[in-house]
Amino acid sequence: MSLLHLLVLSPFLFAILVPFLYRYVRKVHTGWFVLILPLALFIYFLQFIKLTSSGEEVVRTFEWIPSLDINFTLHVDGLGLLFALLITGIGSLVTLYSIYYLSKDKEALHNFYVYLLLFMGAMLGVVLSDNLIVLYTFWEITSLSSFLLIGYWYKREKSRYGAQKSMLITVFGGLALLGGIILLYMMTGTFSIREIIANLDLLKGEALLLPALILVLLGAFTKSAQFPFHIWLPDAMEAPTPVSAYLHSATMVKAGIYLVARLSPVFSDHAAWFILISIFGISTLFWGSFSAVKQTDLKGILAFSTVSQLGMIMSLLGVGSASLHYDYLENNIFIVAVTAAIFHLINHATFKGSLFMVAGIVDHETGTRDIRKLGGLMGIMPVTFTIALIGSFSMAGIPPFNGFLSKEMFLTGMVNVLKMDIYHLETWGILLPVIAWVASVFTFVYSMILFFRTFTGKLQLEKLEKKPHEAPVGMLISPVILASLAVIFGFFPNILSSTLIIPAMKSILPTIAQSGREFDVEIKHWHGFTPELFMTIGIIVIGTILFLTVRKWSFIYERFPQKLALNHFYDQGLVGTERGSAWIMKSFMSGHIRDYLVYIFVFLSIISLSSLFVTNAFHLDVTNVAPIGVYEIILSLLAVGGAIITVLARTRMVAIIAAGVVGYTISLFFVIFRAPDLALTQLVVETISVALFLLCFFHLPEITKKQKRLRFRLLNLLVSIGVGFVVTMFGIASHSEKLFPSISKYFVEESYEKAGGKNIVNVILVDFRGFDTLFEITVLGIAAFGIFAIVKLRLTKRSEREHEGK
Amino acid sequence: MEILMSIVSGILFMCATYLILSRSLLRVIIGTVLLSHGAHLMILTMGGLKQGTVPLLGENASSYTDPLPQALILTAIVISFGVTALFLVLAYRSYQELKTDDMNDLKGCEDDE
Repeated sequence: MSLLHLLVLSPFLFAILVPFLYRYVRKVHTGWFVLILPLALFIYFLQFIKLTSSGEEVVRTFEWIPSLDINFTLHVDGLGLLFALLITGIGSLVTLYSIYYLSKDKEALHNFYVYLLLFMGAMLGVVLSDNLIVLYTFWEITSLSSFLLIGYWYKREKSRYGAQKSMLITVFGGLALLGGIILLYMMTGTFSIREIIANLDLLKGEALLLPALILVLLGAFTKSAQFPFHIWLPDAMEAPTPVSAYLHSATMVKAGIYLVARLSPVFSDHAAWFILISIFGISTLFWGSFSAVKQTDLKGILAFSTVSQLGMIMSLLGVGSASLHYDYLENNIFIVAVTAAIFHLINHATFKGSLFMVAGIVDHETGTRDIRKLGGLMGIMPVTFTIALIGSFSMAGIPPFNGFLSKEMFLTGMVNVLKMDIYHLETWGILLPVIAWVASVFTFVYSMILFFRTFTGKLQLEKLEKKPHEAPVGMLISPVILASLAVIFGFFPNILSSTLIIPAMKSILPTIAQSGREFDVEIKHWHGFTPELFMTIGIIVIGTILFLTVRKWSFIYERFPQKLALNHFYDQGLVGTERGSAWIMKSFMSGHIRDYLVYIFVFLSIISLSSLFVTNAFHLDVTNVAPIGVYEIILSLLAVGGAIITVLARTRMVAIIAAGVVGYTISLFFVIFRAPDLALTQLVVETISVALFLLCFFHLPEITKKQKRLRFRLLNLLVSIGVGFVVTMFGIASHSEKLFPSISKYFVEESYEKAGGKNIVNVILVDFRGFDTLFEITVLGIAAFGIFAIVKLRLTKRSEREHEGK
Repeated sequence: MEILMSIVSGILFMCATYLILSRSLLRVIIGTVLLSHGAHLMILTMGGLKQGTVPLLGENASSYTDPLPQALILTAIVISFGVTALFLVLAYRSYQELKTDDMNDLKGCEDDE
């Protein structure tokens, strides 16, 4: 186990310590101890930048289950490192923020930090694992810890609802991912991502490739809140704000993005990869930004905006994957989409993290997050105001912030789709830039709503629960850092290109990297008069108009029928499956033993008979059959008659006597079939049985004759005829087909020689097969004790007393 | 002969099944008794019938009937007797406690719903 392994697992190890720290060091906020870890990890991971930017990778293997090809292999390359830095960097900032956000005295901090550390470790594991099974393991731990964090205030019903919803959806996707991983293993024979990418030829023309692709994408789409699986994200906003900032904007929701980026080399040859990712990404982008405008809760807006931005990154990755189809082109213009995806990934983490923290501050200092109650906070909270300005303007894509740059590149990437000549893009490809543009307009509108409704306008003091004031300095540190990063990346975007973006691109597009071409990433503010520039100007102009007139057109949201909302489908689906399964259970689990017996007998008859006739096993062979005598006919008639009288009897006495007749007839059968011991035993047992019957039924009531319904009896008759038929058929069939002679010859020959007895049956019972007899005696003993206990033990008294007590 | 016996035990099984499906606990128990009769008869039939004398070596016959099924049936008779006895007492006690022997009324408790 290398140092890298220890560091990836260190959050888990540290999580063990947290409850002790919380318990025994009450004076210090537990968060301060936790803060050390992500900070140290961040600094540690910074060292790798030098390595990855020179194109090298670090691989460390620790054998976990080597016999199943499951090894805990860590692989640090450009893409993994980028995510690791995001996770640890924003993790540190969020921890710092949470120290001021969560009260030391009122909150269960040990729970919070344990969950948070679990999540951090799991996320590091996801992005650094090379083995798909290990990746899946960490993937599910992120779902689990996210579930715990969303339900942190578990006494609120909405938290529990949100936690359950996110759990159901992400675990659904997680299981799909596992299916995809297994299919990949079936095709390539390895779980290692690097090996799969190195042996891409194995996947060529495989029929399982498409199912694997779809399953993997299901996993990625559910985790990254892509349409229509985005519905869990807005409900996850019930989590504490640091959690929303960390999990639901910067890290966990990008796990799906990571997965798509990581497996792009594996699947991008397949047309479905490009088409599915682009279509789902672009529709998520549009739907998220469209829905964000109508939200009135700050975190609601941010949640839908996260959905929309994730869709944007996703669609960029989809378009970027097309660059592999133009490998041979000198000037591969589609690579820019990948650059834009990575750049926006970083930018989104900075501005969205800071905006969430701003929302948390506003909530913390005013007591509400409802934009209808907020307004005019500009003068009261100048620092928060500035951060929000940077964050929302960057999100809207206004220069000079970093969001502007990535939005420009995004538009470039989408416009470039027009130049593709694969998959009929020349005809429907125009949709992508158009939808992207419309979505960007909505992005602009909600960013402005978020900013202006909160900080400008009239201050409505009477509606606020607390008297607003500026947040404490400690709470502001993290958003200030993030906002200044947004500004720095805006003015000096190229400090990222050689350190983080190019190494990450090499991981996503390994085939292009291997061909020796260098990626030319030059992020510029000024491109000249390109279509993108006019599109951006259009976004700002139309967006401003729409923002100013938002009250006039927002009625369209009310027109949208509630029944078509995805949440409605989810809720109804959940209720429906619950009702459906309850209905199915009720329909056959009636509680009546008779019904269950009917199922058992019917299945027995159907399965036995069909197997008998399907396999053609039924024969009628009369060569070995003994002749029929008069006695046998008389006895048979007696037995059958007795049995039928038992069935038809109207009084218990008749039934008992008829059953006795059958029993004595059986012992007579034993006599004529030369089984004296059996005849004796049967005679005695039958006598005792009849006596017992009489004894017991003396206390029981007369046979109830309530079953008058004809259908009931007809069904019983049918079922019993079926069972009788099966038994007869099997009897005849198995007698007609003797496969080998009996082993009884041995018993006959050796009974006296070896065991010294002449009664062969008795010798078998106590000598050859004495074990049977031993346990048969045990059975009798148990029955006797059981009867004794049933008669003697009366435990009802206490419950009767309780009953009377009520 | 074996075919006749197969039919007889088939009829026994049929009557037993019909009784087991009925509503009275009493008839259910009689049904299980008939079922074991049918099964015993079937075991004996499958061993082959009338192929020699009684399996006692003192008889000095050239062939004996198969002793193994007889030993098996003997075991089975005793076991089914034990089970029947237990059933009977159980029925007696359940009638004492629950005041019914109708299988339809013997259906869980009200909390189950």
